[in-house]
Amino acid sequence: MKTKAAYLGVFTALALIFSYIETLLPLHPGIPGAKLGVANLVVIVALYKMGEREALAVSASRIVLAGFLFGNLVSILYSLAGGMLSFAVMAFARKRDIFSVYGVSMAGGVFHNMGQIAAAVAVLDSYSVTYYIPVLLVIGVFTGTLIGIVAAGMLKRLAALDIRI
Amino acid sequence: MKTRITKIRKSDCVFFGIILILAALIFAMQIMTGSKNAAYVIVRVDGELTASYDLTVDQEISLNGGTNILLIEGGKASMIEADCPDKLCVRQRAISRERESIICLPNKVVVEVAGSSGSMDEPEDKSELDAVTN
Repeated sequence: MKTKAAYLGVFTALALIFSYIETLLPLHPGIPGAKLGVANLVVIVALYKMGEREALAVSASRIVLAGFLFGNLVSILYSLAGGMLSFAVMAFARKRDIFSVYGVSMAGGVFHNMGQIAAAVAVLDSYSVTYYIPVLLVIGVFTGTLIGIVAAGMLKRLAALDIRI
Repeated sequence: MKTRITKIRKSDCVFFGIILILAALIFAMQIMTGSKNAAYVIVRVDGELTASYDLTVDQEISLNGGTNILLIEGGKASMIEADCPDKLCVRQRAISRERESIICLPNKVVVEVAGSSGSMDEPEDKSELDAVTN
């Protein structure tokens, strides 16, 4: 139990650091909602190495903490919608063994962006954001692939590590 | 077991392809339905249509009681100032094509390009435009 709490803390801290680093990266393609999603790397590794509940806890804590630190209440709502939809799809795809970690990550990227669009439609009460669906689909699948490549590399190197408690 | 997780599968590639095709289809649909000769930007605050401005007139407009400043220059509109911490709308590129939009989520401000053929009630908006243009 103690080790589990420690691992969850380390994973959450790491995800939070990635969120912070991402705010420093000058990657602003000028499209609303587009980002690399490096923090998802930690969520994916947690999903494979620890389990669904643990990965969900890491993801939700990361979003709320990053929101208070680097954003505001509206941005928390917006990233929760993206993060939770993304997580649900990734957990489902992994459980049913539909994809390898690459596909899981791609699906995570794509559905994160779609969740954000859905939240934006609800918050703004306007469908104008749906204009960006095609470009955000493409961005989601590409960033998801990149994160998937890194996640696969990490999982290969962490193969010996057993933290499923 | 581990190699199956970290090895690219056919299903991964199929998903990648489906997403790209889907995006291309939606994009093609947008190209076909949207006209390029857009003439106005409309401003929504919290879902309510508050004003519209001529894209052919260069101007600087204060939106939503001063939380955001919109610049129209050379037929393109861009947000040049916002009081929110993330400033995502300021980083967004200038918009000029129909249905493109700039969104300031914290302030719930949406600036959207509308076509010239739309049923824009001009006279009502013109008066508002004059009051805030400098």
